Amino acid sequence: MRLTRDFSHYVRTAGEGVQHIDLAVEGVHCAGCMAKIERGLSAIPDVTLARVNLTDRRLALEWKQGTLDPSRFIDRLEELGYKAYPYETESAEATEVAESRFLLRCLGVAAFATMNVMMLSIPVWSGNVSDMLPEQRDFFHWLSALIALPAAAYAGQPFFRSAWRALSAKTTNMDVPISIGVILALGMSVVETVHHAEHAYFDAAIMLLTFLLVGRVLDQNMRRRTRAVAGNLAALKAETAAKFVGADEISQVPVAAIHPGDIVLLRPGERCAVDGTVIEGRSEIDQSLITGETLYVVAEHGTPVYAGSMNISGTLRVRVSAASEATLLAEITRLLDNALQARSRYMRLADRASQLYAPVVHAAALLTILGWVIAGASWHDAIVTGVAVLIITCPCALGLAIPTVQTVTSGAMFKSGVLLNSGDAIERLAEADHVIFDKTGTLTLPELEVTNVADIPADLFEPAGRLALSSHHPVAAAVAQAAGARSPIVGAIEEAGQGVRATIDGIEIRLGRPSFCGAEAEIGAGAGADLDPEASIVAFSKGNERVILSVRQGLRPDAPAVIAALKARNIGIEILSGDREPAVRAAAHALGIPEWRAGVTPADKIARIEELKQRGAKVLMVGDGMNDAPSLAAAHVSMSPISAAHLSQATADLVFLGRPLAPVVAAIDSSREALRLMRQNLWLAIGYNVLAVPVAISGVVTPLIAAAAMSGSSVLVMLNSLRARSSSRETL
Amino acid sequence: MEILVILVPLALMLGGAGLVAFLWSLRSGQYDDLDGAAWRAIADEEPQQEAPVKR
Repeated sequence: MRLTRDFSHYVRTAGEGVQHIDLAVEGVHCAGCMAKIERGLSAIPDVTLARVNLTDRRLALEWKQGTLDPSRFIDRLEELGYKAYPYETESAEATEVAESRFLLRCLGVAAFATMNVMMLSIPVWSGNVSDMLPEQRDFFHWLSALIALPAAAYAGQPFFRSAWRALSAKTTNMDVPISIGVILALGMSVVETVHHAEHAYFDAAIMLLTFLLVGRVLDQNMRRRTRAVAGNLAALKAETAAKFVGADEISQVPVAAIHPGDIVLLRPGERCAVDGTVIEGRSEIDQSLITGETLYVVAEHGTPVYAGSMNISGTLRVRVSAASEATLLAEITRLLDNALQARSRYMRLADRASQLYAPVVHAAALLTILGWVIAGASWHDAIVTGVAVLIITCPCALGLAIPTVQTVTSGAMFKSGVLLNSGDAIERLAEADHVIFDKTGTLTLPELEVTNVADIPADLFEPAGRLALSSHHPVAAAVAQAAGARSPIVGAIEEAGQGVRATIDGIEIRLGRPSFCGAEAEIGAGAGADLDPEASIVAFSKGNERVILSVRQGLRPDAPAVIAALKARNIGIEILSGDREPAVRAAAHALGIPEWRAGVTPADKIARIEELKQRGAKVLMVGDGMNDAPSLAAAHVSMSPISAAHLSQATADLVFLGRPLAPVVAAIDSSREALRLMRQNLWLAIGYNVLAVPVAISGVVTPLIAAAAMSGSSVLVMLNSLRARSSSRETL
Repeated sequence: MEILVILVPLALMLGGAGLVAFLWSLRSGQYDDLDGAAWRAIADEEPQQEAPVKR
């Protein structure tokens, strides 16, 4: 069979005779992966650049034009153990990246201006109380204006634009008081400089922008990371399929070019991109992405397969019943979009604070002006005082109060094995009072383990493990791991759906279904009697010796402790699983969770979450399968293990790493601490204003006082945020 | 006070140089992969062929 693959859509020319492609790579987690991939691909002749971006999990490749086929890179990556997909930058993500660069540029400009204006301001402040000549002061003020005005015009853009958008839409946000404050401060300072006045507020205005930009950059960085995950997900979905274009000729085409009725070839290790029915071949398929069940399902003539399933052992021909738009995967994605939309209505703490803030401050400034005029001051002095009120109340500390805590907390969470997908997840997680767990892959470990290792004679276990290395089956992988096998047996033959066999020292050994090994008798008697009904049974035979191995998904080692810790925190717990009843019952019983439901569909899960919402519960959903993705999005806040399907990972607000379940509790604790600190920060910022406003209204504020108060409150808020780092980590 | 004529432009130039350096580093993509860059600094070079241990 001839096969062609066409990636030309994704390749672009990058300068003279060099071509460039971006790949989204699955499974890159550490520096080791990074080095392995870069070395592996740089070793290909004519490759001029191979660079992994660990933050985005992407790989940029460049090579001399016309020398290499991009499919070769994908093959090479597969040999190295990574799945890669050609990646096309989405417009949403490109905007986000451009935005984050723009914010950094603004921050650079503002910081530069702040430092230089300060350098000019400090001599003025000290000169005002000693012997500075008015001409020198004016010269310094003009220089400050020269630096601050263009810098503020540039670095203030993010605030001005956002304020303008809000005002055009007849609403208000935090950026409105910021913009008004900055513009008034600068305008007034210019007027004062022209009139040879003693005080100008260029330093305060530009410093305010700098502090606020720090908050914006921190916030943006977190958002950008989420976008990258979502973008990789899009690359995973933009799949191709091997379509039969002749009786014996296939072509690798994008899924968009496949129509119902077409026949596609599904080879071992390939993910199915369409929904359809098997018309020829026999294999096992992994539907864990769709149903959450990790045990493989046998596929033969007539078996339906869905987009997202992975073919494991044999080659299948599939007649397409629905392509791209109409697949189950697309259906789940659609459910997901709806749920996400609902969640975006959540009102962040910062927004709530700003809605109260703007009217109060502006009213205070206006009243100050009127008050001074009534008291007999000149309009000029009254306006100067009013502007001083606006400057000193500019929400500098308020703008930092939340992003700084978020950033420090996300760092602390990372240390305890939790990654944050969205910034406001911390606030929502802190409110959670009811946890729904999925069972498979969440409460249980994603991989299988052999439960009756102790009953198996070592001299049989060792060859069984080595033989298991020759099979792709997950049960075999569990046997191989349990036996600690390293070297596979040469010449082992795998029979699809049955098992593996080989001959060693003239004796035939078999591993697989009990019937394949002639071990049906052993299941009923002795060894098999006390085996768990949920376990998968495999048999091993060596000559006439036979042994039964029981393989099952174990609970995460610390699951009972985590459940106990959650109960101690007065959090409601239940299990909603798509798995069969006995399995769920056993898990619930072992963990002491009275509330559980089995055989639940994705729609049922959402219904249950809605029901809890009605009752006023804030639900934390912890799940891993693609079937969980919509309910993850529907819940108040959600969490997935890192082993989860991509879609769930991208949907979940938080992702946790490793075998233990403890990060769930750790994350709840950190987020509660973080919420406490955010509230404290807001109170600190408000308290500062309460102290500063009377001073400003009384008209004695000098630029020195404004600058000291502003940086003082900002530094105080930042220091308070840092406490999130040292919060106690005794979770269990 | 004539020294100001030299010192002030000098200070501004130094600050400006810092700004230009920052904008250059931003443009050349040095802030694109902060996670990766942290590891690259301590990554091993190509594995060496059993270098004799010196004591």
